[in-house]
Amino acid sequence: MTAPTFDLGTLHGGLRLPILKDESTAQVIQHVPIPSQLILPLAQHAGEPAHPIVSIGERVLKGQLIADADGIISAPVHASSSGKVIAIEQWPVSRRLGENAPCIVIECDGADQAVRLSEPIVPFEKLGPDTLFQKVLYGGIVGLGGAVFPTAHKLMEATTEDLEHLVLNGVECESYISCDDMLMRERAMAVVVGAQILLHALRLDHCFIAVESDKPEAIHALADALTEVQDERIAVKQIPTIYPSGAEDQVVQLVTRKEVPTGGLPTDVGCLVQNVGTAAAVYDWICSGEPLISRVTTVTGDGVVAPMNVVSRIGTTVADVVNFIGGYSERAKQLIIGGPMTGKSVTTDRVPLVKATNCILVLSDTPPIGAERPCIRCGDCAQVCPVLLLPQQLFWYACADNEAKLRSYGLTDCIECGCCDLVCPSHIPLTADFRSAKLRMRELADEKARAERAKHRFETRTVRLEREQLQRAQELMKQKEQIKKAGPRAIEEILERSGKPSGPDKDE
Amino acid sequence: MWIAVATIAGIALIAGLGLSFASRRLPPNDDDLVSKVDGLLPQTQCAQCGYLGCRPYAAAIVHEAAPINLCPPGGEDTVQRLAGLLGRDVVALANSAQSDMKHSIAFIDESLCIGCTHCRDVCPVDAIIGAHQFMHTILADECTGCELCLPPCPVDCIQLKSAA
Repeated sequence: MTAPTFDLGTLHGGLRLPILKDESTAQVIQHVPIPSQLILPLAQHAGEPAHPIVSIGERVLKGQLIADADGIISAPVHASSSGKVIAIEQWPVSRRLGENAPCIVIECDGADQAVRLSEPIVPFEKLGPDTLFQKVLYGGIVGLGGAVFPTAHKLMEATTEDLEHLVLNGVECESYISCDDMLMRERAMAVVVGAQILLHALRLDHCFIAVESDKPEAIHALADALTEVQDERIAVKQIPTIYPSGAEDQVVQLVTRKEVPTGGLPTDVGCLVQNVGTAAAVYDWICSGEPLISRVTTVTGDGVVAPMNVVSRIGTTVADVVNFIGGYSERAKQLIIGGPMTGKSVTTDRVPLVKATNCILVLSDTPPIGAERPCIRCGDCAQVCPVLLLPQQLFWYACADNEAKLRSYGLTDCIECGCCDLVCPSHIPLTADFRSAKLRMRELADEKARAERAKHRFETRTVRLEREQLQRAQELMKQKEQIKKAGPRAIEEILERSGKPSGPDKDE
Repeated sequence: MWIAVATIAGIALIAGLGLSFASRRLPPNDDDLVSKVDGLLPQTQCAQCGYLGCRPYAAAIVHEAAPINLCPPGGEDTVQRLAGLLGRDVVALANSAQSDMKHSIAFIDESLCIGCTHCRDVCPVDAIIGAHQFMHTILADECTGCELCLPPCPVDCIQLKSAA
C-alpha cells in the first residue's frame, strides 16, 4: 500500500535542502542508560514554568510528579528516574531567551523504581473527553514538534472551534533531523493508537498523518499498522520534501488546501495539528501509564563519531548522550540544539535534554558565509518566502524602525524559517533582523498599553479628586447653614453644657 | 462669458463669507485636539512640564500656547511629533531628563516605611497602596516612574529601579 500524493495544496517558495539524514537512520533507535544525574528544568513548555513540589534531599521515584503546573497555561514535570533530589538551582539550558533557568537536579540511584499509578489503566474508549484532557494534562505532555505548547490546553481550546480534521505532523523538513522518521518506523502502532485516542477525545472522525515523500519506510510502517487496526478514519498523506513544509500552518495548507489566516490558528480552518511524537507520548501515558519522561532525539552531524537516534530520559545532559554514542570526533567545533535552520547554538554540553530537544547537532567548522553587504533588491528572498512576505521590503522598514509599515507588510506572519537568509546573495542575516524587529514591536505595543493605562488611571483619579473636593465643600456649606439656622444662642448653650461661663473670662 | 465669471465670483464670495463666519462664530472643537496632543505625550504624569499631568499640559499647549518642548520623558521624538501635529517649529528640549522614566519603577524599602501616606496622596496614577501606620507598597504594573513620590517621603525609603 502506498499513500496518495494527489489532492495536495501548494506551498509558495520554500527550498530543497540537502537531506543529510542517512547516517542517523542507518541503525535502530538506541537506549541511553540512566545517567548519574538528571537535570530537569521547570520551564520545558510554553507558558508559565511549573513550580517544584519536592524538597532537597527527598527521594523520588520514576514517573513521580516533582513540579506541578502553575498558571493558566502550564505543564507538570515528572522525575525521569528514581533517586534523590540534590538541588533546585540555576543551570545552563538552551532557550531563545536567557542562558540559565531553574532546574531540579536528581542524583539517580540506578534502581529506576517506578511510582505506583494513582489510577488503574483503563481502555481509552471508556474515558470521556474531559477525563482524557485532564489525564493528558497530568501526564506533562507537550507538543514535541518544537513549540512545546501544553497538549491538553491545545486540545481543550480546539474543542471550542468547529473541527474537521486531526492532522498528525510527521514532516521533518530540516536537514539532519530524523527522530520522527525513526519513531514512525519503529513505533508506528503507538502513533496510530495515539491518533485514535486523540480522535476519541476530540470526537472527530478524520485524521491525516502527513509524511514527506523521502520517508518510504515510515510510510510503509504506518500503512502496515493501519491495516492491522482496520481504522478507516485515519489516512496517511505523502507530501513533497520541501523546507519548510513541516511548519504547522504549512502542513495544514498542504494537506487540506486551506490557508491559515493571518494571526489565526489552524483551528480557524478546522484543523488541529499534533506532532507524531506527541501522539506516541499520549499513547504511552494513557495505555501504559508512563508520563512524558523520555523522548527520541537525533544525535548527528560531522562532529560526532557515530550519528544515530537515541531514546533518552528527559534531563540527561548532552554530554552524557554524546558520550553514549561514542563521543565527539576531532572536527567537532559547534554544538546546536535543534536543526541547522531553526536551532540554537549553545556554548556548553552541560545543558540537559528537554521535552523540546529533537536534535543534537555537532558540526565541524562551517565555511565562512562572507561579510554582509548592502541589499541589491534582487528579490530572491521574496521568491522563497513560504508565507508570501517581501523580506527585502521588511528589511528596510526594520532598519528604519518603522513599526506601522512593518505591521502592514505582515512581519508578524514571519515564521522565522530562515529561507531568505540562505538565498540572500548579500548575506544579510534577515531572520535575525526580523526576530529583533518583532521583539521591538512587542515592546512598543507594551509601552503603548502602559501609557494608555496610566492615562486612564490619571483621568479617573482627577475625577475622584474633584468629586471629593465638591463633597467636602457641600458638607462644609451644610454645617455652616445649620449653625446659622440655630443662631448665636446654640453656641452659648454648648458652652454652658461644657461648664464654662458664657463670654470671655476677663478676670484672668 | 461675463455671466460665467459673475457666477463663479458669486459662488466664491458666498463660500468665503460662510467660511469666515464659521471660523469666527462657531465654537472650535478643541477637545479633539487636546486628546490628540495628549495621545502623543508619554503619560508618565510626572509634572516636570510644570502642569499637573499630561492632559493638563496638552490643554495648556492647545489653549494657552504653552511651549511644546517641556516634556523631558518624551524627549526630542515627542517634540518633533507635536511640532508636526500643531504646525509649530521644532525646538530643543527646555530641560533635559534626569532619567528615562518610561523604564523605571519606584520601590519602597519596607524596613524603613513608616506609613505616613504622603507618597500615596501624590501618586498621579494611584499606584501606591497604604493606610496610616501601615506599610505601603507600589503596584509595579501601574507605576509610571514619575518620581513624584520621592520628595514627600520623610524617611527617603523610596528608590527608583529599572523596570526590567
